Amino acid sequence: MENFQPGEKLTESLSRNLGRKDLFNFGTQELPPVPPAANPITIQGGLDPYTGPWEYDQAAHLLRRTTFGLKKSDLDQLLTMTMSEAVDHLLTEPAQAPAPPVNNYNNDDFTDPDVPLGETWIEADFNVDAEFWRIESFRGWWTELMLKTEASILERMTLFWHNHFATQSSAIFYGKINYKHNVLLRSNALGNFKALTKAVTVDPMMLFYLNGYLNGKDAPDENYARELQELFTIGKEYPSQYTEEDVVQAARVLTGWRVNWLPAESFFFPPEHDAGNKQFSSFYDNTVIQGQTLDGEAELDALLDMIFARPEVAKYLCRKLYRWFVYYHIDDDIEQNVIEPLADIFRNNNYDIKPVLQTLLSSEHFYNAMYSGCFIKTPIDIVVGTLRSFNLSIPASTPWDDFTMKYILTWLHSIMQMVPGDPPNVAGWQAFRQSPQYYRMWINGDTARNRNWYTDILSQWHLDSDNDQLKIDHIAFASQFDAPEDPKALVDDMTRLLLPQPISEQKKLLLKNVLLSGLPSDSYWTVAWFEYQNNPSDPMAFEVVNFRLSVLTKYILSLAEYQLA
Amino acid sequence: MKRRKFIRTAGLSAAITPFMFKGFSISPVARNSFFSALGAAASINDKVMVFIELNGGNDGLNTLIPLDQYSTLANHRGPLLIPENKVLKLDGTNATGLHPAMAELQNLYNDGLMSVVQNVGYPQQDYSHFRSMDIWQTASDSDQYLETGWLGRTLEAEYPGFPDGYPNPDNPDPLAIQIGSITPLAFMGSAFPMGMSISDPEAFYEFVSDVPEPTPATPYGDELAYIRLVMQQSQEYYEVIKAAAENSQNLSTKYPAEYENPLADQLRIVARLIGGGLQTPVYVVSIGGFDTHSEQIDGDPTQGNHAQLLHWLSEAVYAFLDDVKLMGKSDKVCAMTFSEFGRTIAANGSMGTDHGAAAPLFVFGEGVNPGIIGDNAQIPFTIPESADVPMQHDFRSVYASVLQDWYGISNWQSVLYQDFDILPIFKGVTPSREVFAYHLKVRVYPNPVVRQATVDFSCQSGSDVEVSLLDTLGRQLRRITSGYYSAGDHSVNFSREGIPPGAYVCQVRIGAFRVSRKVLFM
Repeated sequence: MENFQPGEKLTESLSRNLGRKDLFNFGTQELPPVPPAANPITIQGGLDPYTGPWEYDQAAHLLRRTTFGLKKSDLDQLLTMTMSEAVDHLLTEPAQAPAPPVNNYNNDDFTDPDVPLGETWIEADFNVDAEFWRIESFRGWWTELMLKTEASILERMTLFWHNHFATQSSAIFYGKINYKHNVLLRSNALGNFKALTKAVTVDPMMLFYLNGYLNGKDAPDENYARELQELFTIGKEYPSQYTEEDVVQAARVLTGWRVNWLPAESFFFPPEHDAGNKQFSSFYDNTVIQGQTLDGEAELDALLDMIFARPEVAKYLCRKLYRWFVYYHIDDDIEQNVIEPLADIFRNNNYDIKPVLQTLLSSEHFYNAMYSGCFIKTPIDIVVGTLRSFNLSIPASTPWDDFTMKYILTWLHSIMQMVPGDPPNVAGWQAFRQSPQYYRMWINGDTARNRNWYTDILSQWHLDSDNDQLKIDHIAFASQFDAPEDPKALVDDMTRLLLPQPISEQKKLLLKNVLLSGLPSDSYWTVAWFEYQNNPSDPMAFEVVNFRLSVLTKYILSLAEYQLA
Repeated sequence: MKRRKFIRTAGLSAAITPFMFKGFSISPVARNSFFSALGAAASINDKVMVFIELNGGNDGLNTLIPLDQYSTLANHRGPLLIPENKVLKLDGTNATGLHPAMAELQNLYNDGLMSVVQNVGYPQQDYSHFRSMDIWQTASDSDQYLETGWLGRTLEAEYPGFPDGYPNPDNPDPLAIQIGSITPLAFMGSAFPMGMSISDPEAFYEFVSDVPEPTPATPYGDELAYIRLVMQQSQEYYEVIKAAAENSQNLSTKYPAEYENPLADQLRIVARLIGGGLQTPVYVVSIGGFDTHSEQIDGDPTQGNHAQLLHWLSEAVYAFLDDVKLMGKSDKVCAMTFSEFGRTIAANGSMGTDHGAAAPLFVFGEGVNPGIIGDNAQIPFTIPESADVPMQHDFRSVYASVLQDWYGISNWQSVLYQDFDILPIFKGVTPSREVFAYHLKVRVYPNPVVRQATVDFSCQSGSDVEVSLLDTLGRQLRRITSGYYSAGDHSVNFSREGIPPGAYVCQVRIGAFRVSRKVLFM
């Protein structure tokens, strides 16, 4: 093509052809090579316990993958422990369940007729006018739990199960049912997978979502029976051998479960149950589940016993956990050295979840430096994680301020395509299942812009409710570090906390220049910092420091590296 | 309204779509190279196809109703059955009609702007949403796993090397655009999506200028390179998208108000970008909710969720075609629907239908041969609960027709990996295949033939007709009849005497149209 001359770089060609040099502020720039779908890697280390150094990088990696964002106080805490203590600490469930969501939504246009302001609505019966507000209150409550989480894996695992047993609040518009379902996932998040599967099967949220509540002997509905096998247990990722007839038979087993609507409780209703025997295929060893007239639960147990006897179940779940915590790429080596032994542990522990997590998060494989920083942050990592990294909490001068600020966070999640409570469909978010893109599904022209736009607003501006601002305290953030007065040390410390891998000295120099507004000497910053420290009530001294920190923060959060964890 | 207010107070100045409406955004697939490889074939260099995804599996039997099967359909559809007198009539046929919510599509059909392809699906239906979506997006076989999309492969063949060196002065526009925030698998090339997602064409964002650095050959380096590339490329594409949007406005008054019809909101953006001169040949829009296991209807079978969705489709497509016509681009733009599968013939116990195999597909625009391709599904009197409509047309035949006859890409077999029949969807294609086969009502019976057989056919108007018996190599063995037949239904008989047992073809030519039926001689 005549537009490209031999040896010319893209940027040179574009500048020449378009007559535009302003696109490229750093002179010639080479396009990065097209990344392959996944880099072939030689794996070092399987599930043997990691025995290398336990320092900043390892603890930071563990926290970035198990909480949201990286909070300096969490890091400091984990560094007082050994690796194995740190993993145990993350896996320890909080002693107390969180307080339930409350009516924080009464406003000029709407007053909940059933629930006073400040009281919880979780026992409130369905009210068509109130459910929008209750569900948004529920969503905000959940978001805040993720934001407030200490160094604990619980919230990330609750979200894992929500992605696994995916349901949509927008489809089941009854706050009480949504809340109960979330409590179910949360209280079993580190428990037993088989028990959780059973509980979810007859949970009102799932019975409504996949039509189980309509599945009757005269009109079987296969929706749940199919997804139970395809998405929740056996999986379809590797050509699975269960048959269409197995779906039909499982649907028959599951006939008769109904929901008592107002209290949002499920029950077994024998007249709607198909009491005939159910014959399964050779994939399930030609199992016959004996029809029961009155005991639907016994049939459900028999169905789950049959399914969970298949080795595919543990492997399928371990792959999902691997993609949730480590990386999406699973080749034969990883399958053999990580997934299969992990699946053995899962089965040997009767599907208890903790031993699996404990093994994975303590393994040589997990701490292999090859895996640091290769996880593209989810929208929740971006929205909630950024708030956590900057030690922010939701300001709530009034209940309505509390509600509106959380609603803004939900809206931000939505423009980045991950609203807690509303995955796109029953398969969960595509980033954890869609080959070959996987995590890259989060990043496109639209979402990349929205992600950066959010961190810009947070760095240099604030999110507003009527009476409050959600705003970074840049000076308090910088003050966490050992030498905030030293521009080089400050850039080192901030980038180490906020970015998953070290960046080049050249890039650090650029960032330091941003902090110094292009001035040649580090001492300008040092003087300004101490000027403010000595005159903290002087607005001018404050603004000099605050503005430069906000610009530096915007710049760091705008780097492509910030999208990674 | 308070909900609006919080968004404003967040200090967000861009146009805002509240998330309850499933906010969408646009992502570009790079443009223009589609056609540059076609060299001098300038006349097709500016064709646009808008793919409309009906997500969830559309119930074809309540969309395009087989009136000639109505009595048996009534046995199985229970409460979902559309009353016969509510079905919208289509010119030239009494055997097939549209759901009453699609009055605008009825107009399009009767105005000659719509082609219907009957019973589209794929062999060995999987019935899983996710597999089926992937199969449609990658154009794979049922048991084949492909990681590239069919549009991605098409575009990559025309624009080798993408994304390196794109955009460039020859190819300044995105190659494909999805209105939304999730780039579809159909756009996936061998390493990078060939298309882009955008929701608001005017919301330009300037990414920071980064220090250009190589990335390490690690997973971290791979992901970093990917993100940088998306940021850099989308910044460049956003400039042309914004310019196109600013250079254009919607001209049609037939669109509903904003936020009332999610599909219309997306097509409005597409029309604006087309009107603004963007050369992008591929657009994808999407509307969900077709997985109607329950509450497909709302008591009245003509009302409820499915009716709402079909109405949205009908209203949106009608307004969109009106818009591009007013922009003077109607000869350049077509749109077509697709959905991962159809649904069961029988209603389930939940006022809905379960996953089924094939369903009809619609193609809209001045470029189409109007009419119905294929036959109404035969609905037997008794069926198993899970019975569905079998496939008559492989979805890849539709893709092949789009690539060959709309985009003018002759070597489409290298994209679809197999050969498929071309369907006479688009104008200007010799109607040698089964054009309007349905209207011709060709039937040969009994089949297999023992001694004698009857051939039925129908003439829309007085025509020269020839009925022949061919062997499987296409050689004529016997001319059964030849001559002028008046408008209406006709039958001719023939004897198989003197022809050995085996497979043969009965070919009926009516005017310019030709229909073939396989027959077996015992």
